[in-house]
Amino acid sequence: MADPALSPLATYIAYLKRGELAYQFSPSLGKAVFYPRVIAPVTGEADLQWRVSQGLGTVHATTVVHPQQGDAYNVCLVDMDEGFRLMSRVEDIAPAAVKIGMRVAFRVHTPDGDEDPYPVFTPAAAQEAA
Amino acid sequence: MSPVKRGSVAIVGAAESDLGAVAALMSPMDLMAQGIHRALLDAGLTLRDVDGLFCATTQARTSAMSLVEYLGLPNAYTDSTIVGGSSFEVHVAHAHAALEAGLCSVAVVAYGSTQRTVGRRAASAREFNPYETPYKPFLPATAYAMAASRHMHEYGTTREQMAAVAVAARQWALLNPAAWEKKPLTIEDVLNARKISDPFTVRDICLVTDGGGAIVLVRADRAKAMKQKPVYVLGSGQSITHASITSMPVLTHTGAIEAGRQAYAAAGIKPSDVKVLALYDAFTINTILFLEDLGFCAKGEGGPFVADGRIAPGGALAVNTNGGGLSYCHPGMYGLFLLIEAVRQLRGTCDKRQVAGAEVALVHGNGGVLSAQATTILGNAATV
Repeated sequence: MADPALSPLATYIAYLKRGELAYQFSPSLGKAVFYPRVIAPVTGEADLQWRVSQGLGTVHATTVVHPQQGDAYNVCLVDMDEGFRLMSRVEDIAPAAVKIGMRVAFRVHTPDGDEDPYPVFTPAAAQEAA
Repeated sequence: MSPVKRGSVAIVGAAESDLGAVAALMSPMDLMAQGIHRALLDAGLTLRDVDGLFCATTQARTSAMSLVEYLGLPNAYTDSTIVGGSSFEVHVAHAHAALEAGLCSVAVVAYGSTQRTVGRRAASAREFNPYETPYKPFLPATAYAMAASRHMHEYGTTREQMAAVAVAARQWALLNPAAWEKKPLTIEDVLNARKISDPFTVRDICLVTDGGGAIVLVRADRAKAMKQKPVYVLGSGQSITHASITSMPVLTHTGAIEAGRQAYAAAGIKPSDVKVLALYDAFTINTILFLEDLGFCAKGEGGPFVADGRIAPGGALAVNTNGGGLSYCHPGMYGLFLLIEAVRQLRGTCDKRQVAGAEVALVHGNGGVLSAQATTILGNAATV
């Protein structure tokens, strides 16, 4: 579905606007690639295929940021089941309740104004039990 | 095999510029020039002798161009490679090759920053990253904090162990008249300080100061007849594993493993030969990671290793004897100061903080968010 006229980032954002978390897969590398690129790292092949994640992952690392003004908030790294990692945050629970190993589910966050949507996560227990 | 010869060049001059909070309206180039002036005096050379300039600062996009203009050296061989705080260890490796190849004969490596005066944001603007910026990571602290979260999770490393790194650095700083911090620090002080990005408080994090400096390198044959005892470059190594923390391959294993492997091989030494360490301590977890990755303790054992004063004054291993980025000085890219302190230790001029019998020093620079790792092994005349 990738439009050759769109940059990797523009393609990624277009997926997000449809509620999908997209990543790339390189057959020559044999691995998922994230962030989206023009060519595959290491092999240098222009063989990157766009795929859509199932949206489930595991918290790999986490921190609570304490700004000088405003509330503390979570920043974490999430390992998606498809084999790629992204920075994000876990919502709907206290920032300090986000733990390494926690299963999380993707949802799109759409900021006010003209900022682009971006992926955030919630605890996945409900989705995985279903 | 190393492409350059072990010990074929030496550091013959080293000096800081003014440090801490410098005079109003000093520029990064003023501080570089001041450091160069002092380092050349230290070496017994003058600016007219210099034909190689290696420099980096976050406050000038084309720092070599600016420095060439400032100094009036239009024909100097230049290199302004910038990979964050380890840029200067990389410069030493590049200067080693350039001196050996005859591209220059007197190489100066210089740094200057007015980060404290102008503010951290003005000194080092964060680049927008569409995959990270929306989450408001407080960089670089948040990136190192997440690496620390993994180290705690996998190896049981504790807050108290990390705090011990800051306490040891402070104890060393109290022996260094040039250090910014002048008061003692306890484990409790570190743990109870203002929270920044868990697990770090402000005392787990390097200082925000102004500062700069320079070192001078020449080929070994010339170094022998000069004013100072030469400090030879025995080996270098470098590994850049990522730029943003999301892309770091393994959060508990840094590129120091590879950088150290290269440097040890080039120098023909092993960790037990090293008597002085200068490790880039932007955050307390750094010292723990680099002690592990450079072979001073096993992976995962860095926490217990630094507890109980082992790296503090009087401990078994002398680490960051100037007080480090945590307590001595940190103008944003600290790597040059690691080299200056190692040179002084190997000359034997460190007074109260002098490590007895120091012949080999290992310097390890870190740039970005555990991204660019560069190791430099230095030795005195007994090692060549």
